[in-house]
Amino acid sequence: MLSIGINEFIYVATGLFFIGLLGVLLRRNAIVIFISIELMLNAINLALVAFSRFNDVIDGAIFVFFIMTVAAAEVAIGLAIIVMLYKQKETILVDKINELKG
Amino acid sequence: MVDILFYVFATTMLVSALAVILNKNAVNSAMCMIVTLVSTAGLFFLLEAYFIAVLQILVYAGAVMVLFLFIIMLLDVDKGENIFLKKNNIGIISAILGISILTILALFSFSAQNIPNVDLVTISQGDEFNVNKFDNTIKSFGQILFTKYMLPFQIIGFLLLLSMIGVIVISKKPKF
Repeated sequence: MLSIGINEFIYVATGLFFIGLLGVLLRRNAIVIFISIELMLNAINLALVAFSRFNDVIDGAIFVFFIMTVAAAEVAIGLAIIVMLYKQKETILVDKINELKG
Repeated sequence: MVDILFYVFATTMLVSALAVILNKNAVNSAMCMIVTLVSTAGLFFLLEAYFIAVLQILVYAGAVMVLFLFIIMLLDVDKGENIFLKKNNIGIISAILGISILTILALFSFSAQNIPNVDLVTISQGDEFNVNKFDNTIKSFGQILFTKYMLPFQIIGFLLLLSMIGVIVISKKPKF
C-alpha cells in the first residue's frame, strides 16, 4: 500500500494553498481571482481528506462533501455577480473598479 | 510502486496550479485548473477516498469549471495587457505583513509543544455515536451523513436553494 505519510500530503496541500493565495493577491482579472479561491478550497479539501484518512475517522471526508457543496453555491452566486459587474462597468479588472476610492 | 503515483499526481497538481495563476489567457487558466482538479482527484484515490474523488471530478471538473468557462467566454475580457496588479508600496507592505503574520501564527499553533497531547479518536468517543472509522464505501458515507450530520445536510440543501434563488434575483433585470 501507500508508504507516503501524512506529512507529504500536508506539504503538497500547503503549497497548493499558497499558490492560490498568490493568485488572489497578484492577478487583476476577477475570474482568475475566483479560480484561485477555488484552488485554495481544493488545498483545504486535500488536507482534510489526508487528516481523515491517517487518523482513521471519517468526519473529515464528510466536511469535504460540505465544502464542495458550499463552493458550488459560491461559484454560482459569484459568477452572477461578476456578470452583473461586467454589465455595469464593462470591465472585470479589479483595479479598474475603484468607485469607492475617495 | 504506489508512491510514484503520489509524486506524479502531486507534481502535476502543483505545476498546473502555477500555470493557472501565470497564464495570460483566462481560458488557459481554466483548462489548467481542470488538470489541477483531476490530479487532486488522483490524490484522493490514493488516499482511498473514492467517493470524494468521483465527486471531485463530477462536481468540480465537470460542473463548476464548465460554468467558469461559460462565463469567461461570455464576457470575453482578454485584452492581452498586463495580467498582474500594479502594486503600490502600501499593497506590498500589507501583503508581506499579512503573509508573515499567517506564517508565524501557523508555526506557533502547529509546533509540537503547543498542540495538546490528546488522541483525536478519544475526543469523538465522548459523543453519543461511536467513532466512525474511515471507510471507502458509499454506504458508510451515506449512513453517517444521514445520522450524525443530518442537520448540516439539511442546511446545505437549504443553502443550495438559497443560492439558486439568489442567482435568479441578482441576474433579473431591475424593474425601476
